[in-house]
Amino acid sequence: MAKKEVKKLEYFTDWKYAPSPEATDHIRLQKQYDLFINGKFVKPNSGKYFDTINPATEEKISSIAEANDKDVDSAVKAARGAYDKTWSKMPAKERAKYIYRIARLIQERARELSVIETLDGGKSIRESRDIDVPLAANHFFYYAGWADKLEYAFPNRNPKSLGVAGQVIPWNFPLLMAAWKIAPALATGNTVVLKPAETTSLTALKLAEIIQESGLPDGVVNIITGHGPVGASMVNHKDINKIAFTGSTNVGKWIQKAIAGTDKKLTLELGGKAANIIFEDAPINQAVEGIINGIFFNQGHVCCAGSRLFVQESVAEEVIKKLKDRLETLIVGDPLDKNTDIGAINSKMQLNKINQYLKIGVNDGAEMYQSSCSIPKKGFFVRPTLFLNTSQSHRISQEEIFGPVLAIQTFRTIEEVIEKANNIPYGLSAGVWTDKGSRIFNLTSKLRAGVVWANTYNKFDPTSPFGGYKESGFGREGGLHGLMPYLKF
Amino acid sequence: MERIEVLKTYKIFIGGQFPRTESGRFYPLKLKNNMTVNVSLSSRKDFRNAVIAARAAFSGWSARAAFNRGQILYRIAEMLEGRKEQFLEELKQLGYTPAAAKKEVEQSIDRLVYYAGWCDKYQQLFSSVNPVATSHFNFSVPEPMGVVAILADESSALLGLVSVIAPAIAGGNTCILLASESKPTCSITFAEVIATSDVPGGVVNIVTGSRKELHSHFSSHMDVNAIINCNSEKDFNKTIGENASLNVKRVFIWNRNWSDEKEQGPYYITDLQEIKTTWHPIENIGISGIKY
Amino acid sequence: MAYDFRYSPVVDQVGIEERVARFNTRSIKKGSKVQVLKLALNMIDLTTLEGKDTEGKVTQMCYKAMHPHLALPDLPSTAAVCVYPTMVKIAKEALKGSKVKVASVSTAFPSGNSTMQIKLLDTKLALDNGADEIDMVISRGEFLKGNYNFVFDEIATIKDLTHKYNARLKVIFETGEISTLDNVRRASDIAIYAGADFIKTSTGKIGVAATMPVTLVMLDAIKDYYFKTGIQVGMKPAGGISTAKGALQYLVMLHETLGNAWLDNKWFRFGASSLANDLILQLEKEAKGVYYSKDYISVD
Repeated sequence: MAKKEVKKLEYFTDWKYAPSPEATDHIRLQKQYDLFINGKFVKPNSGKYFDTINPATEEKISSIAEANDKDVDSAVKAARGAYDKTWSKMPAKERAKYIYRIARLIQERARELSVIETLDGGKSIRESRDIDVPLAANHFFYYAGWADKLEYAFPNRNPKSLGVAGQVIPWNFPLLMAAWKIAPALATGNTVVLKPAETTSLTALKLAEIIQESGLPDGVVNIITGHGPVGASMVNHKDINKIAFTGSTNVGKWIQKAIAGTDKKLTLELGGKAANIIFEDAPINQAVEGIINGIFFNQGHVCCAGSRLFVQESVAEEVIKKLKDRLETLIVGDPLDKNTDIGAINSKMQLNKINQYLKIGVNDGAEMYQSSCSIPKKGFFVRPTLFLNTSQSHRISQEEIFGPVLAIQTFRTIEEVIEKANNIPYGLSAGVWTDKGSRIFNLTSKLRAGVVWANTYNKFDPTSPFGGYKESGFGREGGLHGLMPYLKF
Repeated sequence: MERIEVLKTYKIFIGGQFPRTESGRFYPLKLKNNMTVNVSLSSRKDFRNAVIAARAAFSGWSARAAFNRGQILYRIAEMLEGRKEQFLEELKQLGYTPAAAKKEVEQSIDRLVYYAGWCDKYQQLFSSVNPVATSHFNFSVPEPMGVVAILADESSALLGLVSVIAPAIAGGNTCILLASESKPTCSITFAEVIATSDVPGGVVNIVTGSRKELHSHFSSHMDVNAIINCNSEKDFNKTIGENASLNVKRVFIWNRNWSDEKEQGPYYITDLQEIKTTWHPIENIGISGIKY
Repeated sequence: MAYDFRYSPVVDQVGIEERVARFNTRSIKKGSKVQVLKLALNMIDLTTLEGKDTEGKVTQMCYKAMHPHLALPDLPSTAAVCVYPTMVKIAKEALKGSKVKVASVSTAFPSGNSTMQIKLLDTKLALDNGADEIDMVISRGEFLKGNYNFVFDEIATIKDLTHKYNARLKVIFETGEISTLDNVRRASDIAIYAGADFIKTSTGKIGVAATMPVTLVMLDAIKDYYFKTGIQVGMKPAGGISTAKGALQYLVMLHETLGNAWLDNKWFRFGASSLANDLILQLEKEAKGVYYSKDYISVD
């Protein structure tokens, strides 16, 4: 038996994974994309277009139309017309069939959508292929089934649709968020005006093509692209009955204020700074995986990311050693490569923000540890990063970084960790790792968060409601509860 | 000379295969075009084989993700839609008018889509978290009963069997169905649809034959968990009830007009479910009451 | 080192399976693929453990172990052959002059239901006949009764004898019988602390053989021990791995769990009989650029 002095494992020196890029020749992309209004692609009123780039190469992929108030107005008019003329009158079971069709078309075109998602947003192809796109299809499939069953979901309440829903979605899960928004809105009989984020419009526009293919009546779904003002214009539009927003807490607060005093219904899915709590009796190796998945999934661009790690002091040394070890096997690089674990940061702006937080962390005296991996010279990349020896008072433990950066704290007792986990204005999600069932239920009942994962993390399912407490927003998406925000009783 | 048509042999459907009845017996069925079909007169042993297949398929089918069952039911609807013409013709030969045949097929497709949607939803409506007074997390969830034996509606060739098979398998059960004695052909063609829709072998088994002969075997088999009769024969139902008591089978008499849109719903699924309640302690350390 | 095996680390099965699924999405292309296929071939314990084994059968298999496929130059031999104690002498003879080692099962393989006296005799027979490696089975009944010290002692006893002959000891758990991943972890800890050179999943004689989740749990145990002591322990999944694709997935898992130091047949083996030819099939495909037929690859 070989006795070694250095108990550190080496990876990736003897044999490497050769590049294994996903083929891109089968995807169909246009040079320029217009607005999808009333079943047709139309030029923006402004005549203006902006570039959408591949964050992994900084190369331009396509041009996207910049909508203005007039475009918003015609999209809302189209949605209103479709609502009055066809969609609200259609028998629910026929409405369901259109939504099923959209689900099936997404399944059929899954690989194309995955590749475009990865090109446009920088997330690894493994994630867009195995998570984003299948979940998006499943979401449509799930909600299709609800369309003609609403009276069972809300007995004695005579559920009715609202009218036109204005939906604004973020750049971290572009297609999936579009599905989370559109599917329940259609199933409940509403029509939609949706605005994707400006850095990631492409899959929403491909979804517009799919919607055309599905034969969905014109105007039921309208997709308009552009920057912040387009969203603001939707929020302020008089003929919209419902606003659904996923994004930053600041914008969410602005929206809530802007629609105050109107009859608009609102759901907000905002930021988070989730606690991921590891107890000493946890299955440690799986917990380490869960920590990795919790913070590095989608480059940490996840509102429910487990960005605050609480480790019980008795196992802190072991967990941190294993985390460091595991960090070395994460492959950072070309998002289109099937072996890539961590892809590109979504935009230059976000990259700058993350780098700034790294500086803040170091300046505030936290100990930074990064993977030794090399990162591409071109494109927007950050090494997976741990901050050790942090406390609740560190800014990196308080503020949402939205990147692959984990702030690690130790704790000693359950009382302490519950208090610290809740000691934050956010309340979107939390993770608990322990082998003891009764402790899990203790934690789930005391943590002030909308989703609690026990011995797992970052799990999503169309049947499972998702949404936050406190400044993480209100309303739920997914599951039975996800129908409610789109109905009146 | 005119081309001579190739005629189809109607066999039965057990464990994903299409065997002939082990008994070798048949009964003649005269179609509207004056051709005669020899329909399998299934025996007690055919039923026994079907129960074995259904039991073997149960653990896998009930363990499938509900979403996956939904996809498969939807696939059955897709396949049925694709073979609509064949069913229209078969129904015509059984005496349906073209309008009635069209309605029968289209309702059958829509009903499959309807139950496809329920596969991952009924649990959300019929489960509960029960606020018990002690420090326990207590929840109740529906679980499939197991193997369901079905005596299909005599008056309906397709819709009658779809309306019962769909809720049974949507809820994770497996089933054996005896088709309408006077209108059996569509059941076997429907079995072909099932066989090409990613439904695992044994989840649905279809036999043809005599209800008079088989109802007592359907109801007395000790490895069947529930029995549904979609007909109203009083003496059969008495026998069924008595036989069911041998192993406390759940008995349902669903003598319904399946073409009524109201004769569908989650209660057809939940009738074929058991309810399981779990108690789990909740540790009570930490801040009592919530501080925020 | 004091270690209470009742308190081996717990394992979460769902988490393990998710981790395995991640390994299985790794894609190995071209250049490294050939390298890894050859490595896998070089890690095989080519096995025959049948009641119907004869000298003829073992001799033919030994030739195959040394010369897996004449049509391709530069192919490595397999790591070892694995036979019953009575066949060790014949295998030793057939392999003379090659690097291929002879492993022998022992301790009343496959059930392990016998006395320690007979198990020692069984092992001694294999060692006296020249076995380089001993593949022992643990007493699963005692393990499931909770007699962890019994299992520890029997491994330690066989280890002492095996090491006296400068042979290496592999310890088979029959993971399909001990059932849970928590038990697999516990058995791994027992064997490792008792001085096993290798831990091994299965006999290949029952329905459930090696699986990736089981192997990952064992690799994690090896890793934890290495972190604590700096001592390397080898791993041998056996049974049920018959395709090149499957073998590659195991090696990806090995690589990302234990790193480069284990990518050698000193520390990792496949117990398999039909895997070699599927690896050769893929190597031929890489060499010739067309999908290959088994008609062109020798069967022994």
